Amino acid sequence: MKPKHQRLVLAVIAFVALIGAGFIAAAALKEEASYFYTPTTMANAKIEPGKAIRLGGMVQKGSIKRDADGVSITFVVQDRDATQTVAYRGITPDLFVEGSGVVADGRLRPDGVFVADSLLAKHDENYVPKELADIDMNTAEHTKDTLSK
Amino acid sequence: MIAETGLAALWLAAAMALLQLVGGLTLIRGEGRLTPVIKPAALIQGALCVVSFASLMWLFYTTDLSVLLVASNSHIDKPLIFKLAGTWGNHEGSMLLWVSVLSLSGAAIALLEKRIDTRTLQATLAVQAFVALGFFAFLLFSSNPFERLFPAPVEGAGLNPLLQDIGLAFHPPTLYIGYVGLSVAFSFAVAAMLTRQVGPAFARAMRPWVLGAWIFLTVGITAGSYWAYYELGWGGWWFWDPVENASLMPWLAATALLHSVSVLATRNALRAWTIMLALVAFAMSMAGTFLVRSGILTSVHAFAVDPERGSFILALMLMYTSLAFLVFATRIGTVKQGEPFQIISREGGIVANNIFLSVILAIVLIGTLYPLAAEAMGDKISVGPPYFNKATVPIALLLMIALLLGPLLRWRRDELKRYKYWLVAFFAVSLWTGVAIWRFVPGVGIFPILGLALSLALAIAAWVPLKGRNLLRTPLPVFGMVIAHFGLAVSVFGMAAESGFSRETLTALAPGETTKVADWQVKLDDVRPVVGDNWVATEGQLVARNKHKNFVLRPQSRQFYRPEQQTSEAALLTRWNGQLYAVIAQPDENGDGRWQVRLWWKPFVTFIWFGGLLVAFGGAIALLGRMFRRPKKPAVNKWAQA
Repeated sequence: MKPKHQRLVLAVIAFVALIGAGFIAAAALKEEASYFYTPTTMANAKIEPGKAIRLGGMVQKGSIKRDADGVSITFVVQDRDATQTVAYRGITPDLFVEGSGVVADGRLRPDGVFVADSLLAKHDENYVPKELADIDMNTAEHTKDTLSK
Repeated sequence: MIAETGLAALWLAAAMALLQLVGGLTLIRGEGRLTPVIKPAALIQGALCVVSFASLMWLFYTTDLSVLLVASNSHIDKPLIFKLAGTWGNHEGSMLLWVSVLSLSGAAIALLEKRIDTRTLQATLAVQAFVALGFFAFLLFSSNPFERLFPAPVEGAGLNPLLQDIGLAFHPPTLYIGYVGLSVAFSFAVAAMLTRQVGPAFARAMRPWVLGAWIFLTVGITAGSYWAYYELGWGGWWFWDPVENASLMPWLAATALLHSVSVLATRNALRAWTIMLALVAFAMSMAGTFLVRSGILTSVHAFAVDPERGSFILALMLMYTSLAFLVFATRIGTVKQGEPFQIISREGGIVANNIFLSVILAIVLIGTLYPLAAEAMGDKISVGPPYFNKATVPIALLLMIALLLGPLLRWRRDELKRYKYWLVAFFAVSLWTGVAIWRFVPGVGIFPILGLALSLALAIAAWVPLKGRNLLRTPLPVFGMVIAHFGLAVSVFGMAAESGFSRETLTALAPGETTKVADWQVKLDDVRPVVGDNWVATEGQLVARNKHKNFVLRPQSRQFYRPEQQTSEAALLTRWNGQLYAVIAQPDENGDGRWQVRLWWKPFVTFIWFGGLLVAFGGAIALLGRMFRRPKKPAVNKWAQA
């Protein structure tokens, strides 16, 4: 191979590899990127059971119920117009309390219950889950604005 | 007074950087009368940054609450080590550390670099000063760490409890030396293009600097991973958090650069390629800084949300990167074509290494930036571990396959049939391991099986380059390479074992009750309150029993005050073949006297970090070899070893 060709070949290989990386990334993103929903947007969208999504909202007062095994809980996430039941098995984050914000990663079960793999609670002023920073569940006005968009 | 001294030193350092840059600009017009100032200016700039940083540390040491940064990030009751480490546990302080490392890298080049010609050295220092100048401006105009607060408060606001850990003392400085150390490779590359000196001599000069930065980066990432593992209490060791990715991406680029610069130094090939990687590596460092420091991410690393700062860093990053690529585009035509080589050759192997690493880098970059891009368009999307694992692990496994053979190959041209026995042996080891796991351990995924199989083959293959060599006369860099590749095998073995064979138990126990995880019987003996310096905790006493012995674990759930926050302190029991990881939760208000306990048995998990340290150790051995070899004339050195 002539030197001139070699540089060309290397450049082509690098180019093809990066295009390939783009394709791999696009394919994986299509399957694995999870969209963010609130109970309202979730009610309006048709979500396939088993698809990874995130759900954010406020934990409804009086809704946290603990199973007999001591580690499984169910609770209701609400926003202004809708509610969604969530099941979770695990140690809840430190600031997971009724009436405060939560973001859950998980999937919808065929029976309509959202099964969370992980929960993210609003920690403090310096550490707010990104999705909840925009949707302040404590102020109804703001919530309405955000959701009506 | 101390705060003002620090600020003055910072301004003077910026002035020195400006002088250095002006000196460099006169270079372009031939002789340049100001060039003699470049070197001393670089040294003085470094010294001034030390003064400035030491001033800030002193303010934190004395908890001078009349300084805004101290008041909002420290507290008089904090243990001393965290007071000191708190210097860089906030936005302004960590940026000052960043700039100081940048400056000191420049000073180190001025002081130590003797291999390249004076003009290229001066140009390198000028480029380094140009980069520093932007970040000095960032500090002085939008992130002044020495700002006063009036009236001074009585006590400070305190430091995020997650950061109140010994890890904070070492993790950020180590990572920053690695991150910012890559600026040296960037400056060298730009300077060499400007002075038309891209060639083996330049590569030999640049190589130890890249190696040094890469070692720190490797140690920083390894330590950060272990820190997250025991501090967060989630049982994982890598979360594909954007901030973790921000440190991984420069590492991937630096690893590729480290290999290609060897080709340039030894064989005078891959010139444009190496320059490109040097630019990309530091661009990734700046991108990482932007991601972490701009506040567009929420994370324990992102200290404050201030869009103005984000735009400032973004502007700096875009300016430096695009200027560098502009130089690349205009000058690369003048860089001569390197020596040719066949596909089956050491060079070919290193090209494969570079391609695979670049592909992984691209996938990580896309996954990290995609949610930001989507958000700009109004979609809220998160990209988590499933994406990164699915997309990067197969490429990483391909990289490992290439690594089995690559280091054995001869430079320039080689033939596969010379290695057929080795190839058969590696294949047999992998196949035997894979089939054995698949046959006898049900429910293990394909990635862990392949990871274990390839890591065992690599653990053998890594040592083969030493075969037939006189060990006493083998150069240190060869030993370094062998150790680093073996370390990678060890680390991958740990990752695969952990992800394939971990066992988890999540349960609620009353004191006296027992549960099981893997081969361990774990009994909750007692739960009691404990008081610390600035926290109170609920501490569980667990007794773990395997066939032979009893061990006590004491996980805590801590309640900090100032700022008020709870954290889980996991308890770890380390055995040679794995770790038992225990977490206890706070009691419920309406609980029934039981405590939530989460236990993991993680086989060979410690190999992950042990392997990472071996990789860095291999790098250090190679660096020793590079530093203590006297620079020879290029003609003599042309056919020297890797």
